[in-house]
Amino acid sequence: MLDILGIASRNLLRYGRRTLLTLLLIVIGMVAVLLFIGVAGSFKSMMVGQITDSVLGHVQVHRKGYVASIDSLPLNLNMRPNMLAKIESELDGNPAIAAWSPRIKFGGMFSNFAETTSIRINGIDPAREATTVPLLSGRLQEGDKNAALVERGQIVIPLLLARGMKTQLGDTVVVVATNRDGSVNGKTFVVRGILESISGPGGRDGYIHIDDAREILRMTEDQVSEIVVRLKDFSQLNRVGGQIKAAVEGLTNKEGKPMLEVHEWTQLSPFANIAKMIDLMTLFIKIVLVSIVLVSVMNVMIMAVYERIREIGTIAAIGTPPSRILALFLAEGLMLGIAGTLAGIVLSLAGIYGINVWQPTFDFGMQKGLVMAPAIAAGDVLTIAGLVIAVAIIASLQPAWKASRMDPITALRHV
Amino acid sequence: MSLLSAEKLTKTYRSGDIDVPALKGVDFSIEAAAFVAFVGPSGSGKSTLLNLIGCLDHPTSGTLKVLDTDIATLDRRAAARFRGEHIGFVFQDFNLIPVLTVFENVEYPLRMVQQWPAAKRRDQVLRLLDAVGMADQAHKRPDQISGGQKQRVAVARALVSDPKLVLADEPTANLDSETAHRVLELMKKMRDEFRTTFVFSTHDARIMGEAETIFTLEDGRLLNGGSHA
Repeated sequence: MLDILGIASRNLLRYGRRTLLTLLLIVIGMVAVLLFIGVAGSFKSMMVGQITDSVLGHVQVHRKGYVASIDSLPLNLNMRPNMLAKIESELDGNPAIAAWSPRIKFGGMFSNFAETTSIRINGIDPAREATTVPLLSGRLQEGDKNAALVERGQIVIPLLLARGMKTQLGDTVVVVATNRDGSVNGKTFVVRGILESISGPGGRDGYIHIDDAREILRMTEDQVSEIVVRLKDFSQLNRVGGQIKAAVEGLTNKEGKPMLEVHEWTQLSPFANIAKMIDLMTLFIKIVLVSIVLVSVMNVMIMAVYERIREIGTIAAIGTPPSRILALFLAEGLMLGIAGTLAGIVLSLAGIYGINVWQPTFDFGMQKGLVMAPAIAAGDVLTIAGLVIAVAIIASLQPAWKASRMDPITALRHV
Repeated sequence: MSLLSAEKLTKTYRSGDIDVPALKGVDFSIEAAAFVAFVGPSGSGKSTLLNLIGCLDHPTSGTLKVLDTDIATLDRRAAARFRGEHIGFVFQDFNLIPVLTVFENVEYPLRMVQQWPAAKRRDQVLRLLDAVGMADQAHKRPDQISGGQKQRVAVARALVSDPKLVLADEPTANLDSETAHRVLELMKKMRDEFRTTFVFSTHDARIMGEAETIFTLEDGRLLNGGSHA
C-alpha cells in the first residue's frame, strides 16, 4: 500500500499546477462549508438560546388540549394539584433535567388609573423561573437585573405596554382578571421592571408572583397552567423530551385517556422553522461542496488516465494486476481528498479562530450588539472531512476502473 | 523441449464488417536461451505475433504454447500473472515511467508485480543495473538520460524478475545505428549471462544479422522455418 501511495503522490506532483488547482477548489469548498457551519451554527444557537432561555424553556408540560387553545389562556385547562404531584415526581427523578418552573397564565386588564388595556400575565415562582429560563432577567430594560424578577405585589411589564401606557418604573398599576367561575377580581402592583419585548409566544407577557396570580384568580388549590423544563444538555432534547413525554403522557384519567401533553420548544415557536432553514442551507452548502469535489477530482483523474494511457499499457504489459492499477489511480484521488481536507480544516479553524478574536457584533430583534462567536463541533469537522475524502474516492472510481480495464495492446499503441 | 511452440496459429482482426487476417497459420518453435528475430515489413504480423507470445492477446485459432502453457486458456488476470512471472518486455519507445528514477523503474516489476522484500529487491536491481552498465545513473530520471541509456534501463527492467523469455518489439527503432548495435550486443550478453530467451521483432536490415535465428514474416505467413544467421 505504501508503494502505491508513494507512486500516486509522485504522479500528483508530476502535474503540479493541475493538482494545486484541484486542491484549491477542494480547500475553498471545505472552508466555505466549515465557516458557514460555524457562523450559521453560532447564529442559530444564539437565536435558539434567546428563545428557550428567556421565554419558552426547552420542554413544556400542559393539560391536554391547552396548547391548542393557548391564545385564550383557558383557566379550565389548568393542571390540578394531583397532576402536579405526579409531574413533579417524574421531573425530579430525571437526572437529565436541570430545573423546572410552574407558571399560571391568564389574560386580564391592565390599568394605570388613567388608561386600561389588555395584558397576558405569567404568574411565576421567581427562584425557579430564574434557574429554568436564566436569560429572562437579562431582558429587563429597566429595573434591577440581579434581584429576583418579582416579589409579591410587584409586576414586570413588557416594554411596548409601558410605552403605550406611559407607565414607568415604580408606578402603581391595577391588574383585573376573571377567574374560571366568572368572578372578577383586581389587585394593585408596583411596576418593578420593564421587559424587552421579543417576537414569538410569551414574548410580550407581563410577570407577577405566582401567589399573586392565585390570589387574583381566587384559586382554592395550587393549580398551574404550564410547567417549563430546562435540560442539562440541550443537545439531548429529543432523547430527554421523549423520556418526559413517555412518563408524563402515561398519566391517564378515569377513562384511560392521557391528561397531559408535552411539547418541545420547536413545537411551540415559529423560530424552529428558521432553525430548520439554517439546517437546510447547511445541507445545500454541503451538496455544493460534494459537487465541487466530485467534478474537480473526476476531471483531474480523467485527465490523468487519458494522459497516461501508454504508461498504463506498459505497467499492464509487464504484469501489474488490474486491481493494482485500480488502486494506483484510486490512491491519487484519495491523496487529493486527504490533502484538500487537511488544508481546508486548518484554514477553516484558523478562520473561525480569527472571527472569535475579531468578535463582530450583530442585532437580533431588540437585542443589540450580540457577539458572533462561531464554533464548530469536532463531529461536524470529521463528518465533512469524511464526506470530502469519500467523494474524492468515488470521483476517482470511474477513471481508475477504466484504467484497470484498459487493453494493454490498445494502450501501448496510443499516441 | 521447446520454450515456445506455435501450430497453425492464426489471428484475425475485425474492422467494421471486414475480417483482417494478421497471421495465417503460423508454425514455429523456439528453444530456451535462443536469440531470435522475427523480421518482415510493416504489416507483416510481427507485432501481432509478439503480442500473442506475450499473452497480451488471444489467437483466433491454432495453438500457441509458452513455457508449456496454452495462452488461449489464460483469462485477463491469469495472463497478467503469467506475464509478471515469466515474461519481460522491451518496448520501441522504452516506456519508462517518468516519475520514477532509473533504479525505481527497474525495481517496479519486483515491487508492484511480484512484491519482493526490499533488501532482496535492492540487490537484484543493483545487479541488473550493473550488468547493463547503468549503475552510476540509478538516481536519474528517464528525462535525464539518453535514448540508448533508456533502452538499457528497459532491458534491465525486462530481466529483473528473472523471466524465461524477453520480448522486444522493434527495440532499436528509435535508436541510431551505433546505439542500436550496442543495445543488441547488450541483449545478447544478457542472454549469455542469464540464459534468458530473447525474441525481438525488427524490420531494420542493419540489426537483423545480430539474431541467431531469424523467422521471416510476410502478409501473416512465415516464409522460413527459422534460418540460422
